[in-house]
Amino acid sequence: MRGLINWLAERYQIDQLLSFAKKKDVPIHKEFVWYYFGGIALFLFIIQVFTGILLLLYYKPGADTAFESVQFIVTKVKYGWLIRSIHSWSANLMVLAAFIHMFSNLFARTYRKPRELTWISGMFLFFLSMGFGFSGYLLPWNELAFFATKVGTDIAGAVPIIGEYMLVFLRGGQDVTGGTLSRFFGFHVAVLPGIFTLFLAAHLAIIQFQGMSTPLHLEGKIKRKMPFFPNFMLRDLVVWIGVLNVVALLAVFFPWELGVKADAFQAAPAGIKPEWYFMFMFQTLKFLPAEVFFIEGELVGIGGFSLAGILVVLLPFIDRKSSRGIKHPLVTILGVLAVLFIIAMTIVGYTIE
Amino acid sequence: MEGNKTNSRRGFLNVLLGGTLATFFGMVIYPVIRLMEPPKLPEADISSVAVGKITDLKPDQSKLFKFGRQPGLLIRTSEGEFKAFIATCTHLDCTVQYRSDMKIIWCACHNGQYDLNGLNVAGPPPRPLTPLEVHIKDDAIFVSPKA
Repeated sequence: MRGLINWLAERYQIDQLLSFAKKKDVPIHKEFVWYYFGGIALFLFIIQVFTGILLLLYYKPGADTAFESVQFIVTKVKYGWLIRSIHSWSANLMVLAAFIHMFSNLFARTYRKPRELTWISGMFLFFLSMGFGFSGYLLPWNELAFFATKVGTDIAGAVPIIGEYMLVFLRGGQDVTGGTLSRFFGFHVAVLPGIFTLFLAAHLAIIQFQGMSTPLHLEGKIKRKMPFFPNFMLRDLVVWIGVLNVVALLAVFFPWELGVKADAFQAAPAGIKPEWYFMFMFQTLKFLPAEVFFIEGELVGIGGFSLAGILVVLLPFIDRKSSRGIKHPLVTILGVLAVLFIIAMTIVGYTIE
Repeated sequence: MEGNKTNSRRGFLNVLLGGTLATFFGMVIYPVIRLMEPPKLPEADISSVAVGKITDLKPDQSKLFKFGRQPGLLIRTSEGEFKAFIATCTHLDCTVQYRSDMKIIWCACHNGQYDLNGLNVAGPPPRPLTPLEVHIKDDAIFVSPKA
């Protein structure tokens, strides 16, 4: 090992790389636990890449083959049921970890100067994760996913001016067909991973350059720090092993269902559901009447959620007080309301008929 | 004077180079964008679709059928009258169904409700269902677009 390092060090500037890796410190304080969630999301993403590649060995896109190939994976392929179940569970936990990571940073105001771009790149990673979820949901080509995709793409189609183009672009035509499946497959395994990797690299590189942030209200109160490499990384690894265990337990004891094959000429079944992280938006659309102040209810919903999304992305530039060390209570209040709204609407979505 | 000359020469070359690059970029990107737009498949005008026999449906029953690329819904009301609609919910594109227990047309996705004339009566649907014409020849049922 030492020999190899020496061999490399004679040829490349390894010491620079090591000192760059050792540059980052992790502040030690009572809200230390939140530092783990970004790493957890990263680890779950790595699981997604590995299990995704394994599923690619057998998955066949296409309206006549997709459902059957997933059925083949979960019934015939050795450990196929496990890998597929892990892929689904890990995807959902990744979005959950990203939600927690995002809100913990929001409440801690870590997006303040000089970390605006860390926040923005993180938000893009979050939206890309949702894109992964949305495109991946359709791939087994089952009834629930088919109608969820119809609804989801129809919502995109309701956007003024560019809506119709977006709908046709997403569906690969006017309707959700095998053509849509081909596109979603391409997005899911090629386009999104490519873009995601770029943003992820940027997100991580910025953090490495700038070091770990400190929550606004604890700034100036940090007495001790821990080197990220290797101390915090080893802690991260321990957490990751725990996460892997959780994923494995869930995948084994609550295997992901496949459902019924999609049929374009069947009525939508009762209880169609999107993935849980879209549920709060789906449920809100359900509650909106056909018209709100002469505007189509659907448009009001879409407009509201889009506006909220844009505001959250631009939060570092809206909440300028945080950069001057002032904690604006409005951010906390709106953040808490958003969390409560998401939780309440999700629960309502799963319990009310 | 000398400097101005080189500047204008350089400026000219920059414009030329920039213009070439922009044109080149445009030439690359244009087919890419056009490719992403799926070609429109010719759609046969549907004049009439055979949906089965009168005896297939008892009063208060319904069935879904293919109406071109869209699903159609044929209902035989409890009075025995036949009605047909495009079965696509006007809210978010789900496929509706007939609920004999409630005597309404119902969309499972967002609980949209239409009466048996296709009028949106409850829930989020913004418009009525598109009605279709039902013809009965002997005991066969034909459905065609409303004139």
